[in-house]
Amino acid sequence: MIIFQNISKIYDGCTALDRVNFAIKPKEFISLAGPSGAGKSTVFKLLIGEEQPTKGKIFLDKQNIHLINNSNLPQLRRKIGMVFQDFRLLSDRTAYENVAFAMEVAGAADREIEQDVPQLLELVGLLDKLNQFPHQLSGGEKQRVAIARALIHRPSVILADEPTGNLDLLNTWDIIRLLMKINELGTTVILATHDREVINNLGRRVITLDKGRIIRDEEDGRYIL
Amino acid sequence: MVISKTLLRILKSGFQSFWRNYWLTTATVAIMILALLGIAGLALFNVMTQAVVANLENRVDISVYFNTDTDEAKILSIRQELVELNEVKSVDYVSQEEALKRFQERHKDNPVLMQSLQELESNPLEASLNIKARNATQYEAIANYLAQDRFQGAIDKINFNQNKEIIARLTRLTGNIQNGGLLISVFLGLLAMLVSFNTIRLTMFNWRDEISVMRLVGASNWFIRGPFLVEGIIYGVVSAAATLLLIYPILYVISPKVTSFLSGVDLLYFYQSNFWQFLLLLLGVGVALGGVSSLIAIRRYLRS
Repeated sequence: MIIFQNISKIYDGCTALDRVNFAIKPKEFISLAGPSGAGKSTVFKLLIGEEQPTKGKIFLDKQNIHLINNSNLPQLRRKIGMVFQDFRLLSDRTAYENVAFAMEVAGAADREIEQDVPQLLELVGLLDKLNQFPHQLSGGEKQRVAIARALIHRPSVILADEPTGNLDLLNTWDIIRLLMKINELGTTVILATHDREVINNLGRRVITLDKGRIIRDEEDGRYIL
Repeated sequence: MVISKTLLRILKSGFQSFWRNYWLTTATVAIMILALLGIAGLALFNVMTQAVVANLENRVDISVYFNTDTDEAKILSIRQELVELNEVKSVDYVSQEEALKRFQERHKDNPVLMQSLQELESNPLEASLNIKARNATQYEAIANYLAQDRFQGAIDKINFNQNKEIIARLTRLTGNIQNGGLLISVFLGLLAMLVSFNTIRLTMFNWRDEISVMRLVGASNWFIRGPFLVEGIIYGVVSAAATLLLIYPILYVISPKVTSFLSGVDLLYFYQSNFWQFLLLLLGVGVALGGVSSLIAIRRYLRS
């Protein structure tokens, strides 16, 4: 359960979010729509505690995120899986090692890692590219590695920030289908995108942001601006 | 158990990063080798200046000439007194006969001098004591000691007054060489450290995106910092080892030239006999430089 309570975020006099209110139920698949600069990424940064809201409160499973101190932030981030437009893989590690890294930081046992990592890479369809480095993978493949990494802690929420922004049409739908499959397996997915096609074909809840405000919040929504 | 596992992962990750980014590694290690070579060079330079100073100091002495009627026992008792002084390193006695022999030896190709010497009935040369001080600044004190009234009857002249100016200048010079060497050492050492530090900072700058990724995946600060620290320390160790090896061929070429210029200074021998000290010095500086630079450089990417 995620709750944004009257959230405002102001960067040096520039308003990124303006009195935003919404609640996301567990296991929901929801799209955050809106043009670049609408405040989609700010929502994510606030959720993982990278930024502090100027006003308001954010709850993740009844925990007020901004009361979490710095040393406990890593724990929060292990509860949330993140996927980015630019993949953000560690360039000097293989696909396997990128996914394993997320488990290593949490102090998982070697046996656990050896068991879980191939399973997840199989889920995203990359079992045959375990030992490839990011520069040897296509954009779509990199994004699957990133998704596998985001899933490794069995997070309750996946935040996907323009995950298809750098991908062609075919790969875009592969990734969206993968996210839907993950959602069906019981993970909340929040997908930020400005891709009209994607949103209109999903048929799920859509929150539309513009200039830092929510201008629309509908079940089975469409991208309308 | 958990800590040792984490430590093992940090170590592995540091080594991996060192190997996989060989281009960056090579560049950083090369810079650090230059810095360490500089530091080793300065250590050797200091040895050289000290040898030069010691060499110059060795050549300075003062001689006391005794009247020809002073008997040998008296001179030897004065010598004994001098030897017991703290400032005095050595006192050599040159008897009248010895002085004559040396004079004849020195001027044997000069028939006029030889002939006039033969015409004299007695030995005109004076017995003398050649005094060496432990330190060039102490000649003044020794000269003052000999100027006491009770020696006046026996002593004809002390050549310190003639040498005074030269000795003073030498004292200043050796002081300057040592201070100057120290100053240059400190300056070049700082320069080397700054360059290495900056190189490592640039290396880290390259990793800033990776660091933000690690944080997003939930890595604690030490889990991120650890591998970089390990990498920095490996830089230090590898650079120190390479520098220690590189010094050999360099000294092999340079050392004979230095020896021909400054006799008694054998840098290669000095290096070999002090190898472990050099190893400790370079390893210490290298590891500190690599490790501390990494820690400082990564700090700014770990804030908030």
